[in-house]
Amino acid sequence: MPFQRTTARDAARRHKFLTETFTAYLYLLPATAVLVTFHFAPVLYAFYVSLLEWNYISPNPAFVGFANYAALLQDSDFITSLVNTVYYVVGTVPTSMAAALLVAVLLNQKIRGLAWYRTVYFLPVITAANAVAIIWFWIYHPDYSGLLNGLLDRLGLPIQSWLLDPRWAMPCIILMSIWKGLGYNVVIFLAGLQNISSEYYEAAQIDGAKGLSMFRHITWPLLSPTTFFVLIISVIGSFQVFSQVYVMTRGGPLKSTLVVVYYLYKIGFEDFKMGYASAMAYALFIIIFTLTLLQRKYIGSRVHYQ
Amino acid sequence: MNHSRSRPRPGAITARLLRSAGIHALLLAGAIVMLAPFAWMISTSLKDYSEVFTVPIKWIPSRLVWSNYADAWNEAPFTRYFFNSAFVATATTIGQLTFSALAAYAFATMNFLGREVIFTLFLGTMMIPDQMTLVPNYVLLFKLDWIDKYYALIVPWLASVFSIFLMRQFFQTIPRELYDAAQIDGCTRFGYLWRVMVPLSRPVFITCGLFTFIGSWNAFLWPLIVTNTDRMRTIQVGLSTFMQEHGTVPTLLMAASTMAIMPVVIGFFFVQRQFIQGIARTGLKS
Repeated sequence: MPFQRTTARDAARRHKFLTETFTAYLYLLPATAVLVTFHFAPVLYAFYVSLLEWNYISPNPAFVGFANYAALLQDSDFITSLVNTVYYVVGTVPTSMAAALLVAVLLNQKIRGLAWYRTVYFLPVITAANAVAIIWFWIYHPDYSGLLNGLLDRLGLPIQSWLLDPRWAMPCIILMSIWKGLGYNVVIFLAGLQNISSEYYEAAQIDGAKGLSMFRHITWPLLSPTTFFVLIISVIGSFQVFSQVYVMTRGGPLKSTLVVVYYLYKIGFEDFKMGYASAMAYALFIIIFTLTLLQRKYIGSRVHYQ
Repeated sequence: MNHSRSRPRPGAITARLLRSAGIHALLLAGAIVMLAPFAWMISTSLKDYSEVFTVPIKWIPSRLVWSNYADAWNEAPFTRYFFNSAFVATATTIGQLTFSALAAYAFATMNFLGREVIFTLFLGTMMIPDQMTLVPNYVLLFKLDWIDKYYALIVPWLASVFSIFLMRQFFQTIPRELYDAAQIDGCTRFGYLWRVMVPLSRPVFITCGLFTFIGSWNAFLWPLIVTNTDRMRTIQVGLSTFMQEHGTVPTLLMAASTMAIMPVVIGFFFVQRQFIQGIARTGLKS
């Protein structure tokens, strides 16, 4: 009876599959419960909240449709915060990436003390942003006793009032953020460089290629997947800047460092306008998402994969 | 290449030495910039107040004022802050590693309905920025009456898609035959995870554990929102409160900052190789 035996085996197999599915779901349950409750559901709920006018103190939220989104476009503070955030991203990302690439290339020259350098450059990455922001707050001290002003003074340059000056406050935050994030990019770039097969360099050397042209024609194109990855991660991360601003300037002076997430925090958790804050969170998400897609489309297509 | 190694010309050696010196000079300059803020922090934390604002700056205090640390510690409930951070970070790490290992084990070794779909959905959460979930999670925790409780600081971070992903990758490299052999020896499914998979995957557990611990220890925005009394504040939020109250006393502030930073820095020195390799492999952001 070959036919019956097959069905019996099929049934057994199906039974095994179903038991395994049941077991697998049990193993997945704890992580899934947390992800659904605190990551998936909130995204949907945030959208619902963004359609409400909900001052947290009042128990009865009013449905206002897309009024919060419309208000966002009219809110000059929100526009300012967007412009400032873009300023921050543009100031931080390219400089940090260029500096990190330089450091990574230097570290990749088979030098002594690689591990030591790598650890030192990485140190700011693992320290808490708010704690190092406190240090930098004092480095930017507005009179001669500040570390930065002392340095400028010794070089014969005029001192500045840094965080108290609307023109300088954002560059100060940018500089600190580059310092803080550099090591992370260095480590990623270094890993990318070490992944490039030495055969390419040996072949180029036979053809008579030298340092800089070797970098341009071999390192740069072959490193492009890494560069692209660092770019995407950096842009996403930079759009979410918060701790530095919270500790050093609170968005001031004259709103010159008011960034989106700080504004969101202020609206949502100081003014308790939950609906409006949620609309802002959605706007931020859409901006980050769109930017990521655009980068994939326009820059991603120029990436070489080995 | 070959002939230059066997009989190097004197000029080539000089050029190589110069090149190497140049590289080290650049890297050292960068390293000094990286370390200077920390040096200033430690130096200031050990100064007498009168020496903080000297021009030019005095890097080595004429007298080491260790009492700044004791004073800072007594000015605010730092014992409580430290305990809270240590407890929250430890609980989050243990819980998250457990939950992630269970999920990764299912993804890596079991054949079940909807495996690919569920895994893709999990990965999808990495697209969601944390700010998206701030308001709804706050509302939820408020309704659960979890605000200003340990639950609020721990439970939302008990699942990490990063960890699940990393562990799954690692689990997949362990040969299936090992499982069959273990099963013949009477090993249960869970027993195999606990007694075979976990010990074999130590490096990945260390990497994930470190990430979680450091991320939890350094977290700022979330604890800032869900705590509102000194009883529940973590070290980072406590430090920021301390700055608001004692911002004009840099010696105490730097002593407090040093204390907040040091546990992670010291821990990092012990495991830095594994940690950096983990990042290089995966591009994780802490």
